[in-house]
Amino acid sequence: MIDTSHYMLLSAILFCIGSYGVLTRKNAIVIFMCIEVMLNSVNLTFIALSRHVGNMDGQIFVFFVMTVAAAEAAVGLALMIAFYRNKDSIDVDDFNMLKW
Amino acid sequence: MDANLVQEAIQNVNLQAIMPSLVLCGFGMVLLLVSVFSERGKTTHIAWLSIIALIITGFISLNAWNNPQAGFADSVLLDNFATFFSIICILAAGLTILMSDAYLKREGYPIGEYYPLILFTTAGAMWMASGTDLMTIFLGLEVLSVSLYVLAGFFRGQTKSNEAGLKYFFLGAFSTGFLLYGVALLYGVTGTTKLAGIAAYVRSNPDIVNLNDPNMMFIAGGLLLLTGFLFKIAAAPFHMWTPDVYQGAPTPITAFMSAGPKAAAFAALMRITIVGLEGMHADLTALLWVLAVLTMTVGNFIALSQKDLKRMLAYSSISHAGYALVGLVAWNEVGFSGILFYMLVYTFMNMGAFAVLVLVGKQGEENLTLEGLTGMGFKKPFLGIALCIFLFSLMGLPPTAGFTGKFYIFAAAIKSGYVWLAVLGVLNSAVSLYYYLRVMVFMYFKDPQEDFSWVSINAPAAISIIISLAGVLLLGILPGPVMEMAKLAGF
Repeated sequence: MIDTSHYMLLSAILFCIGSYGVLTRKNAIVIFMCIEVMLNSVNLTFIALSRHVGNMDGQIFVFFVMTVAAAEAAVGLALMIAFYRNKDSIDVDDFNMLKW
Repeated sequence: MDANLVQEAIQNVNLQAIMPSLVLCGFGMVLLLVSVFSERGKTTHIAWLSIIALIITGFISLNAWNNPQAGFADSVLLDNFATFFSIICILAAGLTILMSDAYLKREGYPIGEYYPLILFTTAGAMWMASGTDLMTIFLGLEVLSVSLYVLAGFFRGQTKSNEAGLKYFFLGAFSTGFLLYGVALLYGVTGTTKLAGIAAYVRSNPDIVNLNDPNMMFIAGGLLLLTGFLFKIAAAPFHMWTPDVYQGAPTPITAFMSAGPKAAAFAALMRITIVGLEGMHADLTALLWVLAVLTMTVGNFIALSQKDLKRMLAYSSISHAGYALVGLVAWNEVGFSGILFYMLVYTFMNMGAFAVLVLVGKQGEENLTLEGLTGMGFKKPFLGIALCIFLFSLMGLPPTAGFTGKFYIFAAAIKSGYVWLAVLGVLNSAVSLYYYLRVMVFMYFKDPQEDFSWVSINAPAAISIIISLAGVLLLGILPGPVMEMAKLAGF
């Protein structure tokens, strides 16, 4: 029998994979994908909990999260293209102009 | 669908509650169109239209003073608190736009989209301040952040600006992930995303926040949620993005980020902790005590070693977030209204200081270092004196507004018995004297090597400096009336 706790466990694992990826990967696009994994694990949490607590608020929240993620993707990819045009790289090791 | 339900939903909407941000968004969209149909490189008229939009929005916001409007099934509440923060954000946006026009031309990016983006950021900030549902607060936060990512990376041919935009984007999106996970966990425990609903659930089940046997899901959710907002206000240890982004972004945008969006994040943080997580407040204040001390100490001590002025002001902005957090730790009326007052004061003094830097910089801004200001005080007396007054205010010396702001906040801490916190805050201000005074030493006590002939003081930027000066001095000498308003607006 699969109940809410299994979904919670799955989404927690996904969230950890996402944040681990953000912290360790070097390619900006892969980091961005990891952030998307984190957001989608949140969506899974919301949907599972929405069924668990018995109201629709969580599912509506998921729509907002998806919309926002799409807007963020548009802006983030545009920023990456601008950076790539100047530096010919989207490796985060090349984000080295600003440091103390 | 049931007709009564539809009717009820429509009655729940109440557009009055979001009217200010609605008007601002409308203006933003119209101005985007205007900028498409304008001649390339001509942006001055868009700047002035944005100022008009902000003034109209300001008057509409003031309509809601002492006349709170709730709407959208109580997920938006335009009360005095939201109005006060809206006015701060509008002021910050207006001062930014005034100092931007000549700057954009000098740097070679006279692009009209810049101004509508500032208006959208301000609208997002106003949503954050008036949201009483985690859903509306989240949406406001994202409208604000997404516009700011673009603005930080606005100089798309400059690697520095690209890098600032990307860093802000990655870390901002990363922190959003944590924030959302926190919201999800709180929703799972309480079954609602409304702050009042969460508070009511905790009141009827006080055991879940009893730290001897807590509901881990609720505690984790609350802490993850706070992480997201502490990131936005740049509290240590979530401050690492601040110096890089502030240094790389266009200077007026740096000024804007350190005032408007930060005030909005403080508004949301206050509403969430004071209304939503009220049940956890004893444990939260203990946590915020540590964070406040850490934030001001980290900000001030790292600022000591900075040579780049924008970077130095970034660390100074971190330490000021620490001072403002003291008001939240104090957890009394004076502390809450003290934060509102401090955010207004900080807007004036920081925007003013950045406006001077905007004027002093050469194209590319390589000269915005301590050495670059050598002798500036004699060559450009008005800018020199203005910068001195802003720096005195940032230090917290009387009779400037920085002193009264700090005074209210530290007085609130002492009133609640946090004497040590106030002592550490005052010691931190003493440390900050060193790096602010060093700027003045370079301005006045070293022989000028350059004649600063490239500095031309344009009227709009001068207006923004004069408004900031007036704010800093008036709030310093006569803080009473505004403090009374902050008391009406506080919790």
